[in-house]
Amino acid sequence: MKLTQLLTSAAVALGLATTAIAEDKTKVGFVYVGPVGDGGWTYEHNQGRLAVEEEFGDKVETVFVESVPEGPDSERVMTQMALNGADLIFTTSFGYMDPTINVAKKFPNVKFEHATGYKTAPNVSVYSARFYEGRAVQGHIAGKMTKSNIVGYIGSYPIPEVIRGINSAFIHARKVNPDVQFKIIWAYTWFDPAKEADAAKVLIEQGADVILQHTDSTAPQAAAQAAGNVITFGQASDMSEYAPLPRVSSIIDDWAPYYIARTKAVMDGTWESKSTWDGIGAGMVGIGEISSAVPADVKAEALALKAALADGSYHAFTGPINKQDGSAWLAEGETADDGTLAGMNFYVEGITGDIPQ
Amino acid sequence: MIILEKRPEPSRLLSISTPVFAVIVTMIAGGLLFAALGKNPVEAIRTIFWDPLFGEYAFYYRPQLLVKGAPLVLIAIGLSLGFRAGIWNIGAEGQYIMGAICGAAAGLAFYPSESILIFPLMVIAGALGGWAWAMIPALLKVRFGTNEILVSLMLVYVAEQLLASMSLGLLKNPQGFGFPGSRNIAEWNAANSWIAQDYGMHWGVVAALIAVIMAYVLLNRHILGFNIRLTGEARRAARFAGVNPTRLILFCLGTSGMLAGLAGLFEVSGPSGQVSIDFNVGYGFTAIIVAFLGRLHPVGILLAGLLMALTYIGGDIAESQMGLPSSAIQVFQGMLLFFLLALDLLTNFRVKFASKGTA
Repeated sequence: MKLTQLLTSAAVALGLATTAIAEDKTKVGFVYVGPVGDGGWTYEHNQGRLAVEEEFGDKVETVFVESVPEGPDSERVMTQMALNGADLIFTTSFGYMDPTINVAKKFPNVKFEHATGYKTAPNVSVYSARFYEGRAVQGHIAGKMTKSNIVGYIGSYPIPEVIRGINSAFIHARKVNPDVQFKIIWAYTWFDPAKEADAAKVLIEQGADVILQHTDSTAPQAAAQAAGNVITFGQASDMSEYAPLPRVSSIIDDWAPYYIARTKAVMDGTWESKSTWDGIGAGMVGIGEISSAVPADVKAEALALKAALADGSYHAFTGPINKQDGSAWLAEGETADDGTLAGMNFYVEGITGDIPQ
Repeated sequence: MIILEKRPEPSRLLSISTPVFAVIVTMIAGGLLFAALGKNPVEAIRTIFWDPLFGEYAFYYRPQLLVKGAPLVLIAIGLSLGFRAGIWNIGAEGQYIMGAICGAAAGLAFYPSESILIFPLMVIAGALGGWAWAMIPALLKVRFGTNEILVSLMLVYVAEQLLASMSLGLLKNPQGFGFPGSRNIAEWNAANSWIAQDYGMHWGVVAALIAVIMAYVLLNRHILGFNIRLTGEARRAARFAGVNPTRLILFCLGTSGMLAGLAGLFEVSGPSGQVSIDFNVGYGFTAIIVAFLGRLHPVGILLAGLLMALTYIGGDIAESQMGLPSSAIQVFQGMLLFFLLALDLLTNFRVKFASKGTA
């Protein structure tokens, strides 16, 4: 007998056994790419896990493994969770995509949810958040608040997710301030306080008085605080310990509603494979309290923008928008389609510098 | 005042058995750590060491030991040759990355050919990639007397940048919707390194076993192996005996680079499957622990590699089953090297308490 069959039959046997004993206590597994204490990406996923426990109490059991490297290790951790009777497994990093698909093939009765990927299967859903909506609000505040007209941006990796954020922030900063320039530094990490602090310091030395970050640590906040007269935005978490200055607002990932809904679907037997890409409207993207350092009129505009994004009356990528090379992308009033956004690999007109290849 | 005095004749039995003692002491200290975290220490140790081998799902975990252990053993064997001669290649992680990049690139250049020559070509390219990367510190040391520890370590970070660049540029999957990472090589029949995936067998496992045997023969039956050991034990004597230090440096660094490169190639074309930004997970550094834990002896390294793999696999199980934090598992693995070095010291040195005046 092939191992695949062995695994499947073991899983089925175990599934039967546990349902018999545990009176359908739903077991939910989480695979994390970083430590729970990172205060950013993984921290927020773990908050989602805790919300699931809170919501369903005795009816669920959650397990997690943190700092799981992408690749064969993640495949092993997922298999192990499935073998031990998990009904639903959330894999919370892009790099878990192929491993998730591989393991899902071996366990047709276990449901998988992969964050930020694009490969689905009958028992694999994908989900992600429209963080670029939050970036639009940030860009607006940044454009209004900068005095040097230089906005520093700490990028993690030059992937569509991050490029989308840069474009969205830039478009909305330019809209309110035609002189604004973006300086972008690629840190090649999601979480590395030392590298992030260095990047922030370099940007501040180059004259940036607003720092946007797509990395998870609070190191840039601390660097901005030390420099003075520099504002920042919290990333993934609220980072409110740096409010009201330098942190003037934040983008918060809120996975709790989605995790609760999907766990409920598994309990009710209504779970289906689907692709979810929710934004401010559905509550997956939160905008942290805009602090007192922001003038009242700017705050009001930012909140109005947030409301328009939330109810769908405004799309963050609404034409006319040209690509960096000057070629037309979106015509007047046209909005970007999800396919282009998902694979975005170009800057919009006005951003200087090249995307690293 | 505490003085360490070299033992004239360290007990041979003791020095062979220190790894075993180190494991036992680690279990005890680790158990205390887990107990301090409010977990049942006996259950934790059992979950880490017993469950992957003999637990309910051992049929799945046992093959995983091979998958996890093979690159560790392959790299550690190479490192041990240099370490024995006092040549310190700390940058195996970088050579591992370069092997993966070069091997994958050589294969992907011919995608989607199904020629049987693809995989051998990738193996050669992978070995050359790792070898060439290790030649940089080797040549700099030979020519300019630079420190190979620093140069090889620094080159790890260069290799990581190159890896990111390759994942985002040259080797990016053209059908990947703009996301970073190469095509999945494991799904390409002509290029993947799997022999029997269900049993954890891939060519890297075979290569690791061959490397163990070759290293054993080299060290025990070949003049080069004798020279390596002699240089490590008595550098001046080796020089008088006609050992050419330049050749030895080039050989040791080159071989360890080549083996690390091969490990990277077998990993990227099998278990990992693709060149991605976070492809490297620290095998090159963990292999240093494995080499020392195995007493720089080929057979010892084989056992140490499997033990290390066991703590990784068991550690993950303990994390999800018992809710142990991953940092506790890392501390636990770190203890292993710490206690090994500490016990080593006590085997080779005698601790003496002297009054201040006499020092």
